[in-house]
Amino acid sequence: MAEMMKGNIAIAEAAVRAGVRLYAGYPITPSTEIMEYLSGRLPEVGGAFIQAESELAGINMVIGGASCGVRALTASSGPGISLKQEGISILSDEELSAVVINVVRYGNGLGTLYSSQCDYNRETRGGGNGDYRCIVLCPSSIQEAVEQISLAYELAEKYRVVSVLMTEGALGQMMEPVDLPDFVEPKRNPWGFDGKYTYKKIGIFDRDSMKESVLLKEKYAAIKENEQRWESEGVEDADYVFVSYGLPGRSTLGAVRQLRDEGFRVGLIRPITAWPFPEKAFAEINPGVKGIITVEANATGQLVDDAALAIKKNSSANIPAYALTYVYGVPPIKSIKADFKKILNGEIREVY
Amino acid sequence: MKVNVNESRCKECGLCIAHCPKEAIYLRSEVNSKGYRTVVVREDKCIGCGMCYLTCPDGVYQILA
Amino acid sequence: MAVERKVPSIIDNPMNFCPGCGHGIIIRLICECLEELGQDQNVIFAIGVGCSSNLGGGLVTDRLHCAHGRAGAVATGMKRVNPDNMVITYQGDGDAYSIGIAESFNAAYRNENITVITVNNTNFGMTGGQMSWTTMEGQKTTTSPHGRDCAVTGYPIRFPELVANEFRVAYAARGSVSSPARINALKGYIKNALEAQINKEGYSIVEVLSPCAVNWGMTPEEAMTHIEEDLTQYFPIGVFQDRRNQE
Repeated sequence: MAEMMKGNIAIAEAAVRAGVRLYAGYPITPSTEIMEYLSGRLPEVGGAFIQAESELAGINMVIGGASCGVRALTASSGPGISLKQEGISILSDEELSAVVINVVRYGNGLGTLYSSQCDYNRETRGGGNGDYRCIVLCPSSIQEAVEQISLAYELAEKYRVVSVLMTEGALGQMMEPVDLPDFVEPKRNPWGFDGKYTYKKIGIFDRDSMKESVLLKEKYAAIKENEQRWESEGVEDADYVFVSYGLPGRSTLGAVRQLRDEGFRVGLIRPITAWPFPEKAFAEINPGVKGIITVEANATGQLVDDAALAIKKNSSANIPAYALTYVYGVPPIKSIKADFKKILNGEIREVY
Repeated sequence: MKVNVNESRCKECGLCIAHCPKEAIYLRSEVNSKGYRTVVVREDKCIGCGMCYLTCPDGVYQILA
Repeated sequence: MAVERKVPSIIDNPMNFCPGCGHGIIIRLICECLEELGQDQNVIFAIGVGCSSNLGGGLVTDRLHCAHGRAGAVATGMKRVNPDNMVITYQGDGDAYSIGIAESFNAAYRNENITVITVNNTNFGMTGGQMSWTTMEGQKTTTSPHGRDCAVTGYPIRFPELVANEFRVAYAARGSVSSPARINALKGYIKNALEAQINKEGYSIVEVLSPCAVNWGMTPEEAMTHIEEDLTQYFPIGVFQDRRNQE
């Protein structure tokens, strides 16, 4: 029986059910309910909750927990996630698995409290120093989000990477009916520290980066090959294919269905993994397609870069790629439809 | 023999020589694989007190019972 | 009759410290204490960035090379999920007191049940001898070429005293490796700190005055004399918070 729950609370409870036994973080709107909930809930299941002095300390506590093989979690938003980049890079380098939730809010610097998708580039490219990627899941409903928590850990542990659950301010704050996943038995990853040096390490100055880079490249190639996830509708005969994820992906689906009813041949690709980007979805697109249109809640257009690259990979024709950018919030169906018509009459020009 | 000396670890810092109460340690003229002149313990003077073990930063010494 | 003494197997490896560096003595003492307490197969180290990074090649235990300054936070995460393991941070003064002051301070503030070992050689050794928060007034470093001017750079920090005075930590002490007697006393401090952790009494810290002969421009012996005659005047040796005196 589905229960009405607030996004952040449902996600936090799903994390407990997925076997998370350490949370460390620092409050920031619009993610704070996750840590508030876990501060009471984790001790009930024998887990550790730490209110850290900063996001920087929070992610480093997660590193400590993850290094011991425990499912460790932190959540934040905007500038808080900026502070965590150092730790995400360390986790990636040490091949420790962990999950970071980014409840995305709009803006540079301190930013605002508005729901947004402005962190797409950072999350999909790995925001810290070095040459790594995180697996990025981008749910479009609370139900999808609670199901992705377990998946995020499974993927993180399979590939020894960090998974990012990239939600949006509105998804964290809104309520929807949700069926929570079942409890999984908390487990320790066999490579976790137990004080007995069962997990051998080589010295910091004895590492061979050239050798490691070969394995690293293979690992990220395997993720790209195996873990692309998406939903699509009406792309086989489409003149125009929309690309949009998260809550804007949901309203874009509404716009696509209404436009279909009005006689426009349009389709939608909704990425479920932002990295790896679902390039394979583009192979199913009508070869005669006239354009790709991203719908994004940011100012400059970020998703459009990946969409343009994906259509380039799958078509020898020079298909134009457009970006409809709505800065923050969730674009309403009528705005998407109106802007689509501006593309048709040439008022909105392609980006690529 | 009261002391084992792992010459390959010696870095010629001289702290053991400075603290040896019996002046039983000296540097030989030959160098080890790292290029340091290494310590030698004079068996006739050594009393096995362990000062060399205590002050050595590089694990050169083992005191035998 | 000689007493058998052998470098503990968990640290019986060559390491890349400079000749006469104190690090080798300090880590050996920690490992001796772990062995004597029966904890040498039950320990996780959170290693700082700097010369302490050299432990990565020598220490045969569970260990993580932390981001610069973050060992206090990493160790916190480790201890919370593995409360029965000994968790030790091993950091230099630059790592623990400059870039990592927030993480160090807050681990003490929470009275986290970990043991913190900080090696204070009054400069950034690994990067070639820059000024650190423990550099002495007037001391010349590569970033205080005219001698440290405390009027604009602040005065050297005395971290163990700070946490001993302000927080209810379990144990806080400062030792030195400048003489056999000092080394013996230091081992007592380290053992006490580890026992505090075993008994779940909370945060324990031992700072160690340690020579950096190369960057100080001294011979190893001169560096030890400098610690004894000069550094201990500002950084007193002793115990500032003793768990055995608490209720």
